[in-house]
Amino acid sequence: MSDFTLDRNVVLPLLIPNPHDFLIVTGLAGPARDIVHLCGPNSSNFYTMAGAMGGAVPMGLGLALAQPDKRVLVCTGDGELMMNVGSLAVVAAMNPLNFGIICVDNGHYGETGNQISHTGLGTDLAVMAAGAGIKQICTVFDESDIGDAADMIKVGNAAFFAHLKVHDGPPANVKRSLDANYTKTAFRKALLGIP
Amino acid sequence: MPFDIPSPPPGDPNWPYEMYKLLKDEGVTQFSYVPDAGLKVMINLSLDDPDVHSIPLTTEEEGVAMAAGAHLGGQKHVLLMQSSGAGNCINMLSLPRIGKFPFLSIVSMRGDFGEGNPWQMPMGKSIQPVLEACEVVCLKIEDSSEVISTVSAAMTMAFQSQESVCVLLSQKMLGIKKF
Repeated sequence: MSDFTLDRNVVLPLLIPNPHDFLIVTGLAGPARDIVHLCGPNSSNFYTMAGAMGGAVPMGLGLALAQPDKRVLVCTGDGELMMNVGSLAVVAAMNPLNFGIICVDNGHYGETGNQISHTGLGTDLAVMAAGAGIKQICTVFDESDIGDAADMIKVGNAAFFAHLKVHDGPPANVKRSLDANYTKTAFRKALLGIP
Repeated sequence: MPFDIPSPPPGDPNWPYEMYKLLKDEGVTQFSYVPDAGLKVMINLSLDDPDVHSIPLTTEEEGVAMAAGAHLGGQKHVLLMQSSGAGNCINMLSLPRIGKFPFLSIVSMRGDFGEGNPWQMPMGKSIQPVLEACEVVCLKIEDSSEVISTVSAAMTMAFQSQESVCVLLSQKMLGIKKF
């Protein structure tokens, strides 16, 4: 567990200094709060989930294919990604140039009592992403890794996977809407001009 | 140059070509699938068509979430799957239900009319009540003459009324696999 050392609240703002340059889909729990905090709770460039576990990557992929001129990120946790890890192979098969995944891996199920997760027991999601066929992989295990990863997130020209290892401290304490329809409507109005 | 939908080979049914054209005419640009013999023609049309995205899934629930993402970005998505795979979608159907995202799936039935593989029967018998318990509208087609009207109705309910809709293609129309 010794390499889960970074603080998500410190690393994510360095990785995504201009969050409004992206459309962002998040998985449930911690990464949802990370991104709402990063973008500001009144922003409409993100869609956060509070359920539908395993859906973040395919939802982001559907958005990326629909909006090829925008950069689309999925930010999700290790547990959410493991729930539907095959979606990494779907991303590799489609390889949208405007799309990438940021996995905030703390090695624990933080929302449910901090049980140790598969990555905490040795599963390596970056290796799984590479095995799935994703061409651009970046690991962020200490602060010296942040610069390269931030560049890939900003200008990468193939689907990418950024693997952040963070300690199991809490994500940002921020209130967000859990209304899935409201969030959808706000996102579409901002992006498309229609509800 | 727009993609010309070919004609079926002599003796082959026309409905998959009609259904594909109908979906495209409605503006569907994302076709996701888990392969199934009953949907082979439509899957292959989407793979040959440079005007659409044809997306191979590893499990059907990915298509449910993709459809929601497509709607966020202003595109229409259809999921092509076999009835056994519809069972893999149950929790993910929460997303279109609470978000009021359009969700349309074309489902080729196994385990219904004339099924000869007993392993297909459990999901074949369960899938419609299970989907309906999840508030998915199920429209069943048993004869190719119903394809245009039923798929048109399904598209309206999904894309205009933002419902979750599955069109179930019976083995009565698809034909029965021999074992």
